[in-house]
Amino acid sequence: MYKKEKFIEGLLATAAILTILTTVGIIWVLLSESFGFFRHVSLIDFLTDTQWTPLFADKHYGIMPLVSGTLLTTLIAIIIALPIGLTIAIYLNEYAPPSFRNIVKPLLEILAAVPTVVYGYFALTEVTPWLQQIYPEMAGFNALSAGIVMGIMIIPMISSLSEDALYAVPRSLRDASYGMGSTRFQTAFRVLVPAASSGIIVSVILAVSRAVGETMIVAIAAGQQPRLTFDPTVPIETITTYIVQVSMGDVARGTPEYQTIFAAGITLFVFTLILNNISIRIKKRFQQKYE
Amino acid sequence: MRKISQFILFLSFLSSCGNGDKADSGSDTSLAGEVRIDGSSTVYPITEAVAEDFGNENKGVVIAVAESGTGGGFKKFGRGEIDINDASRPIKSTEDSLCKTNNISYIELLVAFDGLAVVVNPQNDWCKDITVAELKMLWEPAAQGKITKWSQVRNGWPDQEIHLFGAGSQSGTFDYFTEAIVGISKASRGDYTASEDDNVLVQGIAGDKYALGFFGLAYFASNKDKLKLVAVNSGNGPVLPSVETVKNKSYTPLGRPLFIYVSSSAVKRPEVVAFTEYYLDQAAKLSEEVGYVPLSEDETKTEKEKFQAFVSGLQ
Repeated sequence: MYKKEKFIEGLLATAAILTILTTVGIIWVLLSESFGFFRHVSLIDFLTDTQWTPLFADKHYGIMPLVSGTLLTTLIAIIIALPIGLTIAIYLNEYAPPSFRNIVKPLLEILAAVPTVVYGYFALTEVTPWLQQIYPEMAGFNALSAGIVMGIMIIPMISSLSEDALYAVPRSLRDASYGMGSTRFQTAFRVLVPAASSGIIVSVILAVSRAVGETMIVAIAAGQQPRLTFDPTVPIETITTYIVQVSMGDVARGTPEYQTIFAAGITLFVFTLILNNISIRIKKRFQQKYE
Repeated sequence: MRKISQFILFLSFLSSCGNGDKADSGSDTSLAGEVRIDGSSTVYPITEAVAEDFGNENKGVVIAVAESGTGGGFKKFGRGEIDINDASRPIKSTEDSLCKTNNISYIELLVAFDGLAVVVNPQNDWCKDITVAELKMLWEPAAQGKITKWSQVRNGWPDQEIHLFGAGSQSGTFDYFTEAIVGISKASRGDYTASEDDNVLVQGIAGDKYALGFFGLAYFASNKDKLKLVAVNSGNGPVLPSVETVKNKSYTPLGRPLFIYVSSSAVKRPEVVAFTEYYLDQAAKLSEEVGYVPLSEDETKTEKEKFQAFVSGLQ
C-alpha cells in the first residue's frame, strides 16, 4: 500500500515538475537565442532606436515601435472592457435577480470561447468599415478596430473576476451600508467597489496581460507596419504580429533576422511577467485583508 | 541532397524493374534519369509546378529544381552543371562566353511574362500615374521615416500620410520591384506593411483611401473591382499595365519576360526533351496559377517549334 502511494506521489510530482521544466525550457530558448541577437545589437539601440526594420536594407532594431503598437491596442481594449466589464459585474452581483444572472453569466463566458481568428476577421471586415463610416480617413488596418474587438474579447475576463471579487466582500459590510440608509447604488459604488478594488485591479491586470499577448486579432486587423505612434487610425504592428510575420515568412533559421523574433519574444515575456507579479502581489494583500 | 537524389534514383530503378513487363508492352512511361534545374526564384514557382506534374506522370524521372537566382544559375549552366536554367532576363554576354568556352550551346525559350502592378484605393482621385523616379523616391531605403506624405511625392497631392503596402522581404516580387525601381535588389525602405500574403495587401489597400502598394499583375486581375491601377511613367509617358503592354514591352520597368534556357548537351537525353516539351505545354496554365501573365496559344506554338528545330538541328 505504502509503495503504491509513493508511486502515485511520484507521478504527481513529475506532472508538476514537467510544467516547470517547460517554462524553464522556454526561458532558456528565449535567452540563448536572444543572446545571439544582443551580441550584434546593443541593448541601448534596442531600447532607444525609434525604428524597427530588421528585414530591410537600412536595418534598425528599435523595439519601441512594436511596444507602442502593443500598448496602444491594449490601452484601447482596456478602455472598452473595463467600464463595460465592471458595470456587468456590479449589475449581476447587486441588481440582477438570480435567475437572470444564471442565464447571463454562461452567455458572457461564450464571448471568451469565440476563437480569436473569428474576432480578427470581425474587426477587419465589420468593425473597420463601420468606423470608416464615422471617420472616413481611417486606414483599413488600424489599432482602433483591433483594440475595440480585443476589448470585447476580454469583457468576460473582467466581469467574471470582478464579480467574484464583489461577491467575496463580507456580508457585514453590505449590511452595514444598508443599515446606514444607503441606496443600492451608494452601496455598490461607495462600499462594495472600493472594498473589492484589489480584486478588480487583479482582473484588469490579468486582462491586460491577455491583451498584450493576443496575437490573431492584431495580426489580422491592426496591420504589419511597425511605427512609433499613438494614432489609433493608422496601421501599426504589435510584438506578437511581428513574431507571426517572421515565423510565417521565409527567413532562414540562425540568421540575425531570425533571432529578432526571440528578442521580441523576450520583451513580451518580460511584460507579462511583470504584470503577473503585480497581480500576485495585489492578490496576496487582498486575501490578508478579509481573512 | 546528392545522397537523397541517388537514393531516389535507386528507388526509381527498383520500381522500373517492377514495371519491366509494362515497358515491354510499348508504353512510354519508361523515361528515367534526372533533370537538373536552377536559376531565377521568379521562374521557380512555374518550374516547380511543372516538375511536380511531370514527376507524377513519369515516376522514373527525378527533377531537381533549385533557385540560386538567374545569375547564379547561369554560372552553373555555363559550366555544364545543370540542364536547364530559369532566367528572369536574357543571358548576358559574359555568361554567353562562359558557355562558349565550355562548348555549350543553348536555346532560349519564353515561358511567361511577369508584371507588377502599382495600385491605389478606388477613392484615390489624384494618383493616376507615377514616374519611376517618384516610385524610387518613395521606396528607396533613404525614404524610411522621411517620405511619409503624399504631398512629398508630388506637388499638389494631398497633405496626408501615405500608407504603403508591398511584398515581404523574402519574396521574389520584392527582389524584382526593388531591382527595377531602386536599382539594387532588396534595397527598400522598411516602414511599410510588408506581407508575403497578397490577400493582406489587397485588404489593406482596398480599405484605405491613402494607400499605395504593389504586387503581381495577375493578382490584380482577380481584385479589379476593389483596387485601382496606377500608370507607370518610365520616360515615355504613363503606361497602364495590362497583358498587352507587358508583352509588347511598353510597360517598363515593371514588366519583363521569363525564360528557360536548355543546354545542347542536355537535350540529347530523352527525359530532358520530354520535360521541356511538357513544360511548354503546361507553362501557360501553370504560370497563370502562380500569378504571371501567360503566353497566348500562338506564342506557345512558336516556342515549341523553336525547341523542336533546336533538338532536330543537333541530331
